[in-house]
Amino acid sequence: MQIPYETTARPDTGLYNAKLGIWLFLASEVMLFGGLFSAYVFLRLGADDGYWPMGLLNVPIGTMNTAILIASSVTVVLAWAALKMRQWAKYKFYMLITIICGIIFLAVKLTLEWPEKFVHFGAFIKKDKWAEYEAYLGNEHRTKLGLSPRPEISGHLHAVEVAVAPEKKGDFDSFLIKHHLVAEAGTDPAHPVLVVKDDHGHGPRPSIAEKLVRIPGVKAVAYEVELDAVNADPTSPDNDRPHFIPRKRSDKVATIKAEDISSWSAFAPKHSSYFAVYFTITGLHGLHVLGGVIIFIYFYLFGEKLYRKNPEHMANRVEVSGLFWHFVDLVWIFVFPIFYLL
Amino acid sequence: MASTTALAHGHDDQDHHGHDDHHEPGFWQKWVFSTDHKMIGIQYGITGLLFLFFGFLLMLIMRWQLANPGDPVPVIGGMLQAVFGDSAFSANADGVKGVLTATGYNAFGAMHGTIMVFFGIVPVAFAAFGNFVVPLQIGAPDMTFPKINMASFWVFFISCVIMLASFFVPGGAAKSGWTSYSPLAGVADMGPGFHPFFNGQTLWLVGMVFNITASLLGAVNFIATIIQLRAPGMTWMRLPFFVWTQFVTAWLLLLAFPPLEAAGVMQLMDRAFGTSFFMPTGLIVNGQLAAWSGGGSPILWQHLFWFLAHPEVYVLILPGAGMVAEIIANNTRKPLYGYKALVGAILVLGFLSFIVWAHHMYMTGMGAKVAGFFQTTTIIISIPSVIIITALMLSLWGGSIRFTPPMLFATAWLPMFGIGGLTGIPLAFNAVDLYLHDTYYVIGHFHYVVAPGTIFAIFAGVYYWFPKATGRMMSPFLGHLHFWPSLIMLNGIFFPMFLQGMAGVHRRWYDGGATYEQIIKPVIHWNEFMSVSAFLLAIAQIPFIINFCWSIFKGKKVVNDNPWDATTVEWVAPSPPGHGNFEKPITVYRGPYEYSVPGANKDYTPQTEPPISEKFPTTAPAGVPAH
Repeated sequence: MQIPYETTARPDTGLYNAKLGIWLFLASEVMLFGGLFSAYVFLRLGADDGYWPMGLLNVPIGTMNTAILIASSVTVVLAWAALKMRQWAKYKFYMLITIICGIIFLAVKLTLEWPEKFVHFGAFIKKDKWAEYEAYLGNEHRTKLGLSPRPEISGHLHAVEVAVAPEKKGDFDSFLIKHHLVAEAGTDPAHPVLVVKDDHGHGPRPSIAEKLVRIPGVKAVAYEVELDAVNADPTSPDNDRPHFIPRKRSDKVATIKAEDISSWSAFAPKHSSYFAVYFTITGLHGLHVLGGVIIFIYFYLFGEKLYRKNPEHMANRVEVSGLFWHFVDLVWIFVFPIFYLL
Repeated sequence: MASTTALAHGHDDQDHHGHDDHHEPGFWQKWVFSTDHKMIGIQYGITGLLFLFFGFLLMLIMRWQLANPGDPVPVIGGMLQAVFGDSAFSANADGVKGVLTATGYNAFGAMHGTIMVFFGIVPVAFAAFGNFVVPLQIGAPDMTFPKINMASFWVFFISCVIMLASFFVPGGAAKSGWTSYSPLAGVADMGPGFHPFFNGQTLWLVGMVFNITASLLGAVNFIATIIQLRAPGMTWMRLPFFVWTQFVTAWLLLLAFPPLEAAGVMQLMDRAFGTSFFMPTGLIVNGQLAAWSGGGSPILWQHLFWFLAHPEVYVLILPGAGMVAEIIANNTRKPLYGYKALVGAILVLGFLSFIVWAHHMYMTGMGAKVAGFFQTTTIIISIPSVIIITALMLSLWGGSIRFTPPMLFATAWLPMFGIGGLTGIPLAFNAVDLYLHDTYYVIGHFHYVVAPGTIFAIFAGVYYWFPKATGRMMSPFLGHLHFWPSLIMLNGIFFPMFLQGMAGVHRRWYDGGATYEQIIKPVIHWNEFMSVSAFLLAIAQIPFIINFCWSIFKGKKVVNDNPWDATTVEWVAPSPPGHGNFEKPITVYRGPYEYSVPGANKDYTPQTEPPISEKFPTTAPAGVPAH
């Protein structure tokens, strides 16, 4: 039993089945990403003034990734054209480039962009304490200029200062050993604390620090932060606007009292609605890129049998997955300006 | 229901053809992992009917509670507590187990809604009937993507397993309503006593993601099939109305479900990764400021949810309306009245269904302009609905009506859907909705549309297409025994809800309003009446279950492939159809409802019958079967 119009086009629609099928699927994908983008609009419009960060994403890397994805869209069309012209070797060449581009895109995201956020620390200061941290927030300067306030101090954790109840010292010590941390006594005799760092002299990762302060009997007292440039010199005109090219972290270390913080975390999904929607959209997009790459690898490695039996069918398969790939690229064309540039 | 290949091909089983890899499939390929649309349709149908039954059982337990708040469920109370756990049931003051707790009531209520909508009606009315009937009605050998069709059933099956499993994890099933509103749904089932991932609320979201994926795969298949695989001569305006309804329904699923999938992913992120998509700033949970960054929007969830859930209600009703239309035409022996108007109406309805969703959100403080927009579109959408029901009612006029079991259900569908639709009109106005929102009036309204509405249409469809699927008839006597009490009891359950709702009885009160008895005294007595009706309704389904199961094996065999003397193409195929469906390629020459054509030699002219010509000087000569 043959399904009609599997490879040949139906006369009145001009389509073969899979082509119609993929366009229908893409319509549903438009609605899926549309739902997420409309969430972005809602959340950004609803965010309090100053609580929607900008300039936190690396634009040069994002631009490079955009170029890679666009290039792969071109090469997948060339691969399909090679099949239509029955040039198998050329198809394999262009398909390989497409696959490599897809893998590079994912690798950049998963080894460069995302991990560096998970070790980045940000603490939102309580509104009534902004004046105390003026040296790092610079809000008087910003209000004078009519700019949105800066509620957050960010950077890398230099150390976590904690107070440990004596009976829980055992749990605390085993936690330190497990995560390769060291604790020294604090320098201020008036406020006895233990200063926790890792064994390289830097602070623990934010995810580890989170677990640390949640151990029963351990109380967070303060966080020492190696400041980002915007917090090191908040009144400099250079820091009045967000930057596309990420700036070098400063050497300045600030101490933030735990009781002055309304919430803190790594630059992870739970940090703010900005990162929530950033990670969700780029994550879902990344899954689609991965799916496309897997399908292309399958066609690269196992396509020859179908090509020899029915080359038109093989060409159609590559065309249809190429359409999917173009859509994935199109979503990225929206993601990049919306998240990286705006 | 065995689909033999011999009928369709007459080939020796040992032959292997190069162009066509047909060979007798093994047990697993034939009965479990089949790519044949008929088998997949039956798989969806059986699974869906079982879930409809399970959802009904959940409601029966709830109805016991509503009529007898605080009393243990009789006879099976102890067993229920053992099965569903101590969060759902507790013991009363005398130590008798089986009292439905408030938590249990909420869980049963949320799951009743979820199960009936997404695991009962959509799989049966859309997927089961659609898969089985649509390719046959358009003269196709199967769906365009048989493997994707099979995949969609198994993804659906996974979602079924997850949803059922959610009842048995610590803490029980999701209990934040079928609407799963944040922030409750973001914080529910978390903390001590709950597993961080395997809890009811999270499993609900995961199950929904699988269910939605299955629906999307199915929707692509339906649309592609109806566009690409219509047999020669089957033009758009010769399609049976049922195919049109399935076509529009598939578009609604395709475009409306993804925003809910996106929202489901976001709510999962809220629960699993602590994001604040839907968590507002300053939320207090259990007396403490919640550990979320805040900045999220609970209203965003509502918008994304209702953007699907409104088109979803048209997904629930349209296939049923299509089935009723087929059955009315067939059993009045005359064409449907206003075929073009019906087609136009469902196309307009499909489009409008995307722009009415916020009439479920009138109480969120949306402001006059936005409310005005949605009130206007909601009132406008009642027009195509009225066109549909009017056309179907007018189709009865002058008909030669045969009250076969399908026709009983189809005829009763008309006034029942009418009541459901008309009671929706007051709800369209936000001034009236201010009072009626979240009352039993709303429950009465939508249950009339889906219970004596869609479920009656489903029953009609089962009785009607059973002979095509099995080659046997269901017993008409048991059909009557099923129909009459069901009709009476359904009205007994749902009509008093309007009275209760208008008196102010709220939805989701787990004690039936006993706490507020002072306010609702005049109507609270209806609880017992409704619960007794529900129990009797359950009894009335027994003849159906017996009829269905017994007739598969022992029902009266059909005398020919077209026991209803119907005109549409599915009745040309053998009963049951074999692999590939039709013995000869199908060509369509006529519209779908050529009943009682003047001058014809019988009171129906099948779509596949060629026009009068030299070869066929009248329509098919007596004694010669139609093509």
